[in-house]
Amino acid sequence: MLRYLIEKEFKQTFRNAFIPKLILVFPFLVLLVFPWAADQEIKNLNVIVIDRDHSTLSKRLSEKIRASTYFNLIASAETNDAGIAIIEDGKSDMLLDIQPGFEKNLMNRGEASVMISANAVDIMKGGLSSGYMNAIVRDFAAEIRAEQIPEAGKANIPHIQIIPQARFNSFLDYKTFMIPALIVILMTLLCGFLPALNIVSEKETGTIEQINVTPVSKFFFILGKLIPYWTIGLFVFTVTLCLAGLIYGLVPKSNLPTIYLSVLIYISTVSGLGLVISNYSSTLQQAMFVIFFFLIIFILISGLFTPIASMPQWAQTFTCFNPLRYFIEIMRMTFLKGSGFADIWRQLSALAVYSIMLNGLALVSYRKR
Amino acid sequence: MIIVNCQLISKNFGRVVALKNISLDIEKGEIFGLIGPDGAGKTTLFRILTSLILADSGHATVDGLDVVKDFRELRKRIGYMPGRFSLYQDLSVEENLNFYATVFNTTVEENYHLISDIYRQIEPFKQRRAGKLSGGMKQKLALSCALIHKPTVLFLDEPTTGVDPVSRKEFWEMLKKLKKEGITIVVSTPYMDEARLCDHIALIQHGQILSIASPEKITASFPEKLYQAYSENNYLLLLELRKNPGVKSAFMSGEFLHIVFKDGNVDGNIPNLTEIEPTIEDCFIYLMNRIADGAEILPGSAYN
Repeated sequence: MLRYLIEKEFKQTFRNAFIPKLILVFPFLVLLVFPWAADQEIKNLNVIVIDRDHSTLSKRLSEKIRASTYFNLIASAETNDAGIAIIEDGKSDMLLDIQPGFEKNLMNRGEASVMISANAVDIMKGGLSSGYMNAIVRDFAAEIRAEQIPEAGKANIPHIQIIPQARFNSFLDYKTFMIPALIVILMTLLCGFLPALNIVSEKETGTIEQINVTPVSKFFFILGKLIPYWTIGLFVFTVTLCLAGLIYGLVPKSNLPTIYLSVLIYISTVSGLGLVISNYSSTLQQAMFVIFFFLIIFILISGLFTPIASMPQWAQTFTCFNPLRYFIEIMRMTFLKGSGFADIWRQLSALAVYSIMLNGLALVSYRKR
Repeated sequence: MIIVNCQLISKNFGRVVALKNISLDIEKGEIFGLIGPDGAGKTTLFRILTSLILADSGHATVDGLDVVKDFRELRKRIGYMPGRFSLYQDLSVEENLNFYATVFNTTVEENYHLISDIYRQIEPFKQRRAGKLSGGMKQKLALSCALIHKPTVLFLDEPTTGVDPVSRKEFWEMLKKLKKEGITIVVSTPYMDEARLCDHIALIQHGQILSIASPEKITASFPEKLYQAYSENNYLLLLELRKNPGVKSAFMSGEFLHIVFKDGNVDGNIPNLTEIEPTIEDCFIYLMNRIADGAEILPGSAYN
């Protein structure tokens, strides 16, 4: 009986004009496009330099900025107001204002100031760009200082050099950080929300009515819906895993059984959530809206983009109710750190508890109708 | 032998009363018609009898099985064709039929004799997706799928709604053949003219049964004399008749006006007046008006 239900489901899925393509395109998008689009490193910032000193040192500072990969020196302006006007037009992201007497002050008094103004409409970009500019100016100051100190005295000046070492992601590569988490979103959509939409669409077209008068039990009917999507989900996961290895050389550090077991537990959790949604929705429109609602909230408080540790305490508490959070943690830990069961059992058991709760709720709410 | 039995079935949806104390018996092997306008409660009764929803009170048996307790066994024995086309539109004709055969644990070959007359007409299109079929063909496919497991009782919810007159006639021919196979057929329809094709009918309105009997008995025991009349301007005539104190009721029926006079006496000068035999529609309207006037409904007899 179950075999025929699954067979029917696969037939319908692959006959659909859209879903098979989506299933194929999804992993490629997640791997090839999203990590770049979701990259928070900012490059190619347009900058204006207002050089009111016209000295050797001020020219050297401009050159240093021009040489940086982060900045494009797009124009120079004579007055601060002219520079601000260009920013207001949206042609420039920031300006560096070098005051007159920059070189003289630096040489005579050992200090001089410059002003950085950044467009902070995009708060992330504004913050990062002024940070980058800060670093360049500081670096420039260190260069000048080194040149001014006589060769002989150099060794006597105590200084601390900090060499940062990024563990688990040595080059702080954003893609390595994002891909494991994006896979979570992929699994959520494929194994949680697609079957939910499928069940609701059977309700909406009335085909569920015809099935309900057959001896097919509800349990088998739902299992017949879920198994194809679980299969597709696992298949897509495997494809994504291979692609990540091939394209970015991102090979999970943990062993595969650990990862696949986590995936299976997560799949059961999200499909439980999907079932609850499908039980309470009678139209596709309603189901879609509920799914969007959950998806947006889950993504925002999952630690996908913003670290959970930087959220206020109440929001951190909130994330404990988000299954995505646990799975994103698991994926990042297993992919990057090579964590084993001992390290991820806490997240795994949280997922298992949610799985039991959601599937239980799905069972109860289905019986009611 | 009674194959379907309802006792005081009631069902409310929130504050809306869908069914109120419905009691009826259906004989094995007959065609039983549930006749009533949209919203009368026909579909709700079907859904209770096919175990899709639970009644608020009362109980029902189909083929000796309680629709609540024995629903699993019941579902193996009944066929149901919902009013809306409910097969998989993205599966082909053949795939739908095979699918429903397998979920009922049978094969198309086993019961092919039952559906052969119907299925043969759509067989040339068996590779076509069900969603791409015409209305009449969809209906034939749905009937084939509902019959494929040789049900003892077949429930057809408004099978002829939205179907052209020729296909409707054809459909009733098919039902007569199925009856010969010994299948009990419960069919609902808003079309009063289809009532006379049934062995027994229940007239249903606002969730209440107005009358249950054979169509002949219902029309024969119409308690008044019925007249028809027509004129150049029927509407004007209708307005006049309604003002006439001697007229009990007057309504349009096709191109004629049907009139019942108070105390059975012809009153007034009415053009082209002739006495006629009542149709089911006349009976339905008569019963409906009586209820509206506050008459009690007593189940059991044609007119009460």
